[in-house]
Amino acid sequence: MDKEVFPLESRVNTPVVLSVSGLSKSFFGIEVLKDVSLELRSGEVHGLVGENGAGKSTLMKLLAGVHHRDSGTIELSGAPVDFSHPTQAHEAGLSTVFQEFNLLPDRTVAENIYLGREPRSGILVNRKAMLERTRELLDQLGITSIQPSTPVSNLSVAQQQIVEIAKAVSYDARIISMDEPTAALAGPEVELLYSIIGRLKERGVAILYVSHRLKEIFDLCDTITVLKDGEVVGSQPASSMDDASLVRLMVGRPISAYFPEVTPGTIIGEPLLEVADAGNEQLDSINLALRTGEIVGIAGLQGSGRTELVEAIFGAAPFTRGSMRLAGEAYTARSTRTAIQHRVALITEDRKSQGLSLNQSILDNALSVIRSVFPGRTNQARQDAPGVFSSLEVIARDLDQEVQYLSGGNQQKVVLAKWLAISPRLVLLDEPTRGIDVGAKVAVYNLMRALAAEGKAILMVSSELPEVLGMSDRVLVMRDGLIAGELSPTSTEEEVLQLATGARTEETPS
Amino acid sequence: MSVSENAQGTRNEILARNRSSAGDRLLRALRTPSGGVFILLIALLIAVIAANPSFGEPGSLIRFIGRTAPIAIAAIGQYFVIVSGEFDLSMGSVVTAQVFIAGNLIGDDDARVLPVLGLMFVFGAFIGLINGLVTTLLKVPSFIVTLGMMLALLGMVLYSTGGAATGNPADSFRQIGRGGIRDVPVLEIIPYPVIIFVVTAAAALWLMRRPYGRTLIAVGDNSRAAALTGARVWWVKTRAFMLSSLSATVAGIILVGYAGVHPSVGRGYEFTAITAVVLGGVVLGGGRGWVLSAAAGAFALETLFTLLNFLGVESTWRDSVQGIIIIVAVAAAAQTWQRKRRGASSRTHEPTHPIAPPPTVGTNERGI
Repeated sequence: MDKEVFPLESRVNTPVVLSVSGLSKSFFGIEVLKDVSLELRSGEVHGLVGENGAGKSTLMKLLAGVHHRDSGTIELSGAPVDFSHPTQAHEAGLSTVFQEFNLLPDRTVAENIYLGREPRSGILVNRKAMLERTRELLDQLGITSIQPSTPVSNLSVAQQQIVEIAKAVSYDARIISMDEPTAALAGPEVELLYSIIGRLKERGVAILYVSHRLKEIFDLCDTITVLKDGEVVGSQPASSMDDASLVRLMVGRPISAYFPEVTPGTIIGEPLLEVADAGNEQLDSINLALRTGEIVGIAGLQGSGRTELVEAIFGAAPFTRGSMRLAGEAYTARSTRTAIQHRVALITEDRKSQGLSLNQSILDNALSVIRSVFPGRTNQARQDAPGVFSSLEVIARDLDQEVQYLSGGNQQKVVLAKWLAISPRLVLLDEPTRGIDVGAKVAVYNLMRALAAEGKAILMVSSELPEVLGMSDRVLVMRDGLIAGELSPTSTEEEVLQLATGARTEETPS
Repeated sequence: MSVSENAQGTRNEILARNRSSAGDRLLRALRTPSGGVFILLIALLIAVIAANPSFGEPGSLIRFIGRTAPIAIAAIGQYFVIVSGEFDLSMGSVVTAQVFIAGNLIGDDDARVLPVLGLMFVFGAFIGLINGLVTTLLKVPSFIVTLGMMLALLGMVLYSTGGAATGNPADSFRQIGRGGIRDVPVLEIIPYPVIIFVVTAAAALWLMRRPYGRTLIAVGDNSRAAALTGARVWWVKTRAFMLSSLSATVAGIILVGYAGVHPSVGRGYEFTAITAVVLGGVVLGGGRGWVLSAAAGAFALETLFTLLNFLGVESTWRDSVQGIIIIVAVAAAAQTWQRKRRGASSRTHEPTHPIAPPPTVGTNERGI
């Protein structure tokens, strides 16, 4: 994943394929984009960064023809365009890969890619031609792991993301905008995406790339444009920026320490959670001890059993063999309810489908655990709520606002708040910072440090290696449902990846 | 002591400051389909009174409320099931079965009224328990479970009665449905069904504010998330089915009063109740809607039928009208819902501020 893998030639002289100027958009009187201008050149990867709510998604939707601009111009290769429907954007050579998948699960990869424009012979769909074209398309992009005839439901989330990208490419797009394409990817899949982007660049395709992962932005992008509160606050060659300067532009203030130091006075104490020889259908031979005040990170590829491990400890998909002890006493997590009664919390990977009731208010969501498991404490928790939200720095209209209207970062804070209400002893976090802005990430990190200082034990699953290494006291690496090894936080990302992919055990020390 | 009371007061005050005001909440509620039904109800009442001014007299209105009480109570019961994301189609047959039980087990014996009433509630709870357990534990869609239950119960009643009216419960029992508190100023009479309805509605309102009620809505909104917060989804939903059957039982008890004992009593009740709930803006699939809106939906529906009656439309049109309403109401709710989602940005960009900022940084307001 090194920058050197895809040498970035200077593309300054390639023609401008997309030129946006003075773009503004208001929703109900509130300006979401103000006078935004940017240029995309052929073969350029243009990073678009900014906190949630900065206007990135709105900009992408204006370009894709989902929304219509209030003022400003959009020019494709010098010709002004005015899309009123996404189909027009496709036809003009501008494709968008949105964060939400638009795939039909029971149709094949080929059918999904050519949905609505299937190659025909007479009035019938020419399936053979469709499969061949799909094969060609996937080959061009260097995708060998996906078969055109596989139903989409048989693909992993990561592979589905790749299909979405292939679909965007299939429109003969000259410009592709991607909204957090790596949100569902890990390790080798990210590398596949990198190589796809490399190939697209060679073909002269311009890419508008939205991501929260700074490493990717610097790995991939030639130019970076930063949006803040709907305005462009900077647009520079990537080579002239670094992490710190980029973060400062995004949040408008320097973030002194991206990963906060261990809170003074944090004591790593007695073992709180002990797991011995545990396993179930997805996991085997799990042995681990987690002590009070300790943050342990779990790294591994998608599907390596990371999520399954925290779900087993939480009783959502329990262990079927082995034993667990919590604070010295036997602990059997038969159900999530038992786990919660033992004051174990799980912040799930997908906050929208697993963490929140989106139609309910902030307050209702924050009280949901208490109401389900400790209903007698509801009034107490309700009175505590403002304090909890204040310490998490939640920004909202008020506590009666429905959570669906909050930004990702604030939604994640609501999830955290509902678990803080039970004063958990053991906090399990699965991808706690996925898809949230830098400011919210730092708030999550600070909270983790504060919880550790209070003597809680924390187990964090994350695909972001800098996060795992930056926050953990120890790192467990999982592979194929087993704990492949333990590393210290001073290890390098390469060492983690070697363990996670099995590269390390295979190439026995020479 | 006063210090802790003070602290308590402050905490409540901070909480109140970070919530919407009652007026704001009311205004927002009125803009949802669940609030709109009250406006619809008022408009229909005005129309009926315009068509027939005598309908607006207090005595006439209170009798109307009494007549509508059973369906409104059934709608409240149906609400619990629908808001949890399920259906209860067995409701009408439960009414029929309960009417049959009352008619045959009580007979002329006043002393049997209370024990049989007890039995009817146990029977109602039992039917709900079966509906709930089969739906949640055996994972059969509630649509099918309660459809089966509807046919099974109806078949048993028809078998037992031969399809004809049988039995006639003691008059003291029938008084529950047809009697009332007499010699009340202005109203002349307060029918018992009105009192039963008010108590039921108050109890339902109270229950929906309790942890159980909030969890029920959360389960209907996102059952996976609710399960991960430790809610026993199967038990939460099963209790909703029991509440539904119990409310059908109450409706049945009232109906014995003025409709008498006949296997046709209660027929179609499930659909009328579902129509009322849907008209109340409660989203099929669960997670949205207010319990009293379901009751208001029932009143709006009955008011509409009264209006059509006054306008000379024959009552045989009733089913067709109901059918059209259920389709239109669901379509309208879906449209409103989609519009809300598409216009989501409007809410995203409502003025926001940090929740409960500590006093020291109170001046550091972050605007829009």
